[in-house]
Amino acid sequence: MSTNASTLGEHIHRDDVGSRMGMWLFLFTELILFGGMFLLYSVYKFQYSDSFFLAAKELNTIMGAFNTAVLLTSSLTMALSIVAIQRDQKVLSMLLQMVTIFLALFFLVNKYFEWSAKFSHGIYPGSEELLSKSSGEILFFGLYYVMTGLHGIHVLVGIFLIAVMTRMTRTGRITRDNYVRLENTGLYWHLVDIIWIFLFPLFYLIT
Amino acid sequence: MSTVAVATGSNGHEPSYLDYKGKHSGILGWILSTDHKRIGILYLISLSLFFLVGVAFGFLMRLELISPGRTIMDPQTYNSFFTLHGVIMIFLFVVPGIPAVFGNFFLPILIGAKDVAFPRINLLSWYLYVFGGLLAVIAILLPGGPADTGWTFYIPYSIRTNTNVIFALLAAFILGFSSILTGLNFVTTVHRLKAPGMSWFKMPLSVWGLYSTAWVQVLATPIIGITLLLVAIERLLGVGIFDPALGGDPVLYQHLFWIYSHPAVYIMILPAMGIVSEVIPVFARRTIFGYKFIAFSSIAIALFGSLVWAHHMFTAGMSDTGQFVFSLLTMLVAIPSAIKVFNWVATLYKGSIDLATPMLFVLAFIFLFTIGGLTGVMQGILSIDIQVHDTSFIVAHFHYVMFGGTGFGFFAGLHYWFPKMFGKLYNRRTAKTSFWFLFIGFNFLYFPMFIMGWLGMPRRYYDYLPEFHSYHLISTIGSWILIIGLLLMVYNLYHAIRKGKVVTEKNTWGGETLEWQIDTPPIHENFSEIPVIETDPYQYKINEETSEKEEVS
Repeated sequence: MSTNASTLGEHIHRDDVGSRMGMWLFLFTELILFGGMFLLYSVYKFQYSDSFFLAAKELNTIMGAFNTAVLLTSSLTMALSIVAIQRDQKVLSMLLQMVTIFLALFFLVNKYFEWSAKFSHGIYPGSEELLSKSSGEILFFGLYYVMTGLHGIHVLVGIFLIAVMTRMTRTGRITRDNYVRLENTGLYWHLVDIIWIFLFPLFYLIT
Repeated sequence: MSTVAVATGSNGHEPSYLDYKGKHSGILGWILSTDHKRIGILYLISLSLFFLVGVAFGFLMRLELISPGRTIMDPQTYNSFFTLHGVIMIFLFVVPGIPAVFGNFFLPILIGAKDVAFPRINLLSWYLYVFGGLLAVIAILLPGGPADTGWTFYIPYSIRTNTNVIFALLAAFILGFSSILTGLNFVTTVHRLKAPGMSWFKMPLSVWGLYSTAWVQVLATPIIGITLLLVAIERLLGVGIFDPALGGDPVLYQHLFWIYSHPAVYIMILPAMGIVSEVIPVFARRTIFGYKFIAFSSIAIALFGSLVWAHHMFTAGMSDTGQFVFSLLTMLVAIPSAIKVFNWVATLYKGSIDLATPMLFVLAFIFLFTIGGLTGVMQGILSIDIQVHDTSFIVAHFHYVMFGGTGFGFFAGLHYWFPKMFGKLYNRRTAKTSFWFLFIGFNFLYFPMFIMGWLGMPRRYYDYLPEFHSYHLISTIGSWILIIGLLLMVYNLYHAIRKGKVVTEKNTWGGETLEWQIDTPPIHENFSEIPVIETDPYQYKINEETSEKEEVS
C-alpha cells in the first residue's frame, strides 16, 4: 500500500471528473432522502402550526446556534485542508482534517447533552410525558429525534471518512496531484453541514 | 484513459472473461471480481434463484384459489405469501432485473468501454442485493412469520401487525441502496466512458433505456428508502410519524410510498423497451424507425412517469383538482409509450422478419404490453378507477405490464444475448416450445383476472363467491402451463451452459451494435483496442443497399 504502483490493479483508470460526478449524484440522493423528511415536516407544520410553535420553545436555541457555528467552522477547516493539499502542504492539510474531526466530535457531544436533557425531562418517543402532549407536539419531537438522529449518523460517517482521508494523506495516497477522494469527502461534509443549516431554523427558530 | 497490456495467449487471442485468471481463482475469482461481465452473471444467477422462489409463492397462491374456501393453506399463510411474492418479484426481480444483469454485462460494451465507471461500487451493489434478498426471505424461518402487509406496507396495519415486517422493510431499504448505486454508476458510465466518436445519438437504444432508468433510480429510490426506514423506526421505537393514533397521516405515507413506487414501474419497463428496440432491427433486418423519437420517449416516460404517483390513491382521499391533474398526467404517459409501440411496428413493416426466439418474445412483449398499457389508461380515468380499484383487474393490468412487459423483455434479452454471454448455443426448438407454453399460459393465467375484476372480485382475497369459481379455475390452470414453460426454459438454458454447442463466431444474429463485433465470449476487457465509432448503431438498410449494389455489379 506504500506506493501508487502496488495499489493499481489491471485497470489503470483514473477519471477525476467521473468520480466527482458520481459523488454529486450520490449527494442528490442524500438530498432527496432528507427531502422526504422535509416534506413530512412541512405538511405537519402546516397541519399543526400552533403545536409546533409550542414544542419548538422546549429546544435550547443557544445550544443549537452554538452547534451551528461549530459545524460551519468545520466546513471551513475541511475546505482549507483541500486548499492545503493543492499547495502541497501535507502536514497542514492533515492538521486541518484533524481539526474538522475534532469539531465534528464536539458537535456530537453537544448533541448528546441536548438529547439527554430532553430525555431527563421525559420527552422521548413513547414516553408518558410526550404521549400526554398534543398530536402536533408528538409529531414535532418524532421528527426532531429522527431528523437530527439521522443527521448525527451522517456526522459519524463523515468523521470516519475524514479519518480515512487523514490516513491516506499520511501514507501518500492523497497528494497534490491526486486529491479527488479528499475533495469528495469535503463535498460530503458540506452536505452534512447544509442539512444542519436547514434543520436548525426549522426546529429551533420557529418560536 | 490508459491501459496495461494483458497477457495474451500463444495464438494471440486473449482468454475470454470466463477463463480469465485474475488475482483470485475459483469461486473467489467470481465473487471478488469487479469485471462488469462477471458481476452481470452473478446477478443473473442470484436473480434467477429469487425469481424462482417468487414463482413458487405465486404458484401456491394460485393453487389455494383453485376452489372457494380453504384448499391448501390458512388465510394468514396466504397473506404472507402474497406479500413475499410481491416483495420478491418487485424488489428482487423486476426492478433490478434488466439493468443489473444485461445492463451490467452489456452497457459498457455497447458504448465501447472496458468497464463501468466504478467497478468496485458495482460489486458492492451485488453484495447489498444478496444481503437484502436474504433478509427478505429469512423471515419465513422466524417466529412471528414473514410480513403480511402486502408489498405496499400500508400504514397503520404495517405498524400494528405482529409479523416480522421489519425484515421486509430493511430488505427493501437495502435493495433500494443497491439500486441507487447501480443507477449512479450507469449515469456516470454513460457520461464519461463513451468510446471516441460515440455521440449521444449514436448510442444504441438500449443504452438510452438504461440511461433514463438510471436517472429514475437515482432520483426516486431515496424517497422509498427514507419512507420505509421511517416505518421501521416507528415500529421499533414508537416514534410518532405516520401513525394516526399519534396524529400522523397515513395518506401521507401512501403519497411518499408511491412517489417512488410509481416511477419504479418505469425503472422496470424502460430497460425492457430498450431490449425490444435492440432486437427488432436485428430480426427484421431493418434500421430502427424513428431513432430519436424512441430515445426521447424514454426520457419523456421517465419525466412524466415521475409525476403520476397519486393515481394509485384516487380512492384514498384527494382534492378534485389533484385527481384531475393526476388523471391527466397519467394519460399523458401513454403518449411516449405509444410512440415507441408505433415505431417498433413501423420498423417491422416491410422487414424480412425472422421469428427466432428473441423475436418471438419481443412480439409477445408488444402484444402484452399494449393490453397492459391500455388497461392502465382505463384506470387513469377517474370513474373507471373507482369501479376497478383494488380488484383483480388491477392485478391483471400490472402483470400484463410487469410480467408480460418486463418479464418477457428479460427473456427476450436472455435468448438474444445468451450466445454472447456464455459462448454456447441453446436448443432453438426447445426455446420456441417454452415460449409458446409461457405465452399461452400467461394469457390463461391473467386474462380471467380482467374479467372477474371487472365483475367485482377484490384482489388479495383468500376466499371468493362461487360465481367467480370458473375464472379462478382457468387462471390456476394457466399458472401450471406458464410454469411448465418456465421450467422448460430454465432447463434449456442450463443444459446449454453445460453441454450446449460451442459458438465462437462473433455475430450470432447479424446484429450491428458493438457487442457483436467483439469475441464470443468477450475477453476480460471487452476490446483489445477501444473502437472509434463512425456510424449510427442501426445500419441495416444502408448495408443491404450496398450489398445489393455489389451483387448487381
